[in-house]
Amino acid sequence: MTTTNPEPSVIAAPPITQISPGAWVKKNLFSDWFNTILTIVCLGAIAWLGYGLLTWIFTQAQWQVVPANLRLFFVGRYPAPLMWRPWTALGIIAVSAGLTWGILARSTWLFNRTGLIFLGVLAVLFVALSVPVSLNTSLLLLAILGLSVAAAFAGQQIGQRFPTLVSWLALGWLGIFFIVFGLIRGGLFLREVRLDDLSGLLLTLLTAIVSIVLSFPIGILLALGRQSNLPVVRWMSIGFIEIIRGLPLITILFMSSLLVPLILPPNVRIDRVVRAIAGLTLFSAAYLAENVRGGLQSIPRGQSEAAKALGLSAPLVTVLIILPQALKAVIPTIVGQFISLFKDTSLLAIIGFAELLGISQSILSNPNFLGRYQEVYAFDTVIYFCCCYAMALASRRLEKQLRTENR
Amino acid sequence: MDEKIPFWRDDRVLKIIGQVIAVVVFVTVMLILGSNIARNFQSLGITFGFGFLRRAASFGIGDTPIPYTPSDSYGRAVLVGLVNSLRVMILGIILATVVGIAVGVARLSDNWLLKQIAGIYVELFRNTPLLLQLFCWYFAVFLNLPGDLENPPRLPGPIFLTQRGVDMPWPDGTLQTWLSVAFLLISAVLAFIIWRRRTTAMVQRGESGRSLQMILIGIGVLALLALIFGLQWDRPNLSEGAITDGLNLSPEFGAVLFGLIFYTAAFIAEVVRAGIQSVTKGQWEAARALGLRPTLAMRLVIFPQALRVMIPPLTSEYLNLAKNSSLAIAVGYADVYATSFTTSNQTGRTIEMILILMATYLTINLIISLGMNTFNRSVQMKER
Repeated sequence: MTTTNPEPSVIAAPPITQISPGAWVKKNLFSDWFNTILTIVCLGAIAWLGYGLLTWIFTQAQWQVVPANLRLFFVGRYPAPLMWRPWTALGIIAVSAGLTWGILARSTWLFNRTGLIFLGVLAVLFVALSVPVSLNTSLLLLAILGLSVAAAFAGQQIGQRFPTLVSWLALGWLGIFFIVFGLIRGGLFLREVRLDDLSGLLLTLLTAIVSIVLSFPIGILLALGRQSNLPVVRWMSIGFIEIIRGLPLITILFMSSLLVPLILPPNVRIDRVVRAIAGLTLFSAAYLAENVRGGLQSIPRGQSEAAKALGLSAPLVTVLIILPQALKAVIPTIVGQFISLFKDTSLLAIIGFAELLGISQSILSNPNFLGRYQEVYAFDTVIYFCCCYAMALASRRLEKQLRTENR
Repeated sequence: MDEKIPFWRDDRVLKIIGQVIAVVVFVTVMLILGSNIARNFQSLGITFGFGFLRRAASFGIGDTPIPYTPSDSYGRAVLVGLVNSLRVMILGIILATVVGIAVGVARLSDNWLLKQIAGIYVELFRNTPLLLQLFCWYFAVFLNLPGDLENPPRLPGPIFLTQRGVDMPWPDGTLQTWLSVAFLLISAVLAFIIWRRRTTAMVQRGESGRSLQMILIGIGVLALLALIFGLQWDRPNLSEGAITDGLNLSPEFGAVLFGLIFYTAAFIAEVVRAGIQSVTKGQWEAARALGLRPTLAMRLVIFPQALRVMIPPLTSEYLNLAKNSSLAIAVGYADVYATSFTTSNQTGRTIEMILILMATYLTINLIISLGMNTFNRSVQMKER
């Protein structure tokens, strides 16, 4: 330093500059001639698109197709007398989600602005449903929403009393998954619903969630196998991962639907859905393995050396020291993987399943709704977008939280 | 210390035993599956082999870039599918890169409005399934175009949009066309070399680069002339309710191409944005302090560094595009997967067709990976 400060300087906070709306517009939209042209072009495009879209939504589109088939979209051809089961499942999930949310947000405000907007939009949507569908559905949904909010408050209280509960959340969700699955599928004292009879969004969610849960352990094993110093195990893992990653998902589903019957003994038959889930699982496991490998490689060597020096055996080093750190590093990537798997379940429509997109195609082939492509696809887009975008937002938040913890 | 370790606790022995077990399990499973296949083949009365590819295919294909009739062989049908696939992949990769870079740069624009529009586009297209987008393009866009050919909507430079696809001008394919194409290629290479020399001269020696700029403009004018008059454009003609001449792109091809471009471009845009943002602000400031204009700073300092970060994820996007092109079957575009699927259905040769498909897609992926890895090596930092 060549200049010296005679007095210890007081570090002032950066000045908060109040930008007037006019100045903001000038800075962000009209700073120079090029920017101005861009703004005008964009405004033109927005006006044109917006006008076209709004006139279509409110005057041209014939929306009857959506409310008339709402049940088909969501639960497909699930037996009507058993409808209480998906409803109960939804209730369980909503309450658990509320509880989780409350426990996670135990030390902050439960409802920030985004959360309130989200809840408000949901409530308005549910109320709006009462007109085209039925008042009962709307009231039921509102009640579930209310339960979820109440559960969030309860969760906050519980979370403040037992802060260690956070580490059990993942396990709890696994339990809820089995309960919900059992409820939908039946068995024990409930009437059984064949897996092949499921359709609609229910099938989409089922295949996506089951596949990701199953692919998780397989993916981790493959990643460890690829890092292993046993050449046979390593080469088998590499071969599996690279072949699966080199093939389009549709060929793997094609194999699962046509090849599996050929390679099984003649008297063994497996449900179509199970075969499709197996295909999705193997596909997703290969990608997951690569993500986990990234995490494994990001752990410095010193960690495993230190663990060995403490006298841990090789499997314990992996399970207790390396994997927890590696998995934590790749949580956002795994969420991304789940989003893409959720989107990929739409491919089941090609091999003849009636998941959300498949059931849309069959609704469109109904003579009453012939040619209503735009309305149905717009509705599908909204559903897929809401699910995926919500997961993407959650992943981004998670990433931010993990980063601050690492600091 | 000479106490011997029992072999069941000896790490070296355990490793070998583990591997032997892995091999044995693998081989046993393969043998069981193989014998099942053999038994199932026997009960179906078919033998393994690729001879069936020579039999007449007897199914029609909509898009035939190479001559094909239903009396041609299955092998020929799969080959037509392969050409169709490659057509979509190559065009898709090029156009998705262009759109993706444009959107990625737009997401970093100073203009708030443009940034928001690019952001909405990226989120919308990344968060909906490609298959849904393909259906939208095909059923809701291309098949929704006016069906009557009396007065179809036309874009500038006679391009017609109708239910039978896009009709647009296309070079005629005479000798003059090919000469012009050769001229255009040579002038492009020449222009690139001169442009590089001009940049070097301007940056390293501080020259104005005027004279070389004149040469560049000259080449540009000549190339433009060759493009307009030399290629012998064959324009589509609208006469008596039918469109003749020109190039017709089927609605299936259009839907697949557009779907792949706009889906992949959304991902490429994120790659580009992350790449440019990964270059630290200091690099910008240093480049500006050296007196480089913003465009030059972008081109010479920021972009080369961003490219190093961008290429590996870009490669995987290209691979995804190539693999996703197999969704073409959903809208009835006869790509290699669709033709193989039909062949397998007609002949019952599932295993053979799966092997062919695997070989095809793995080869295509390998070629893309090799190409991109070579490119990657050429842009990586040259260290000691």
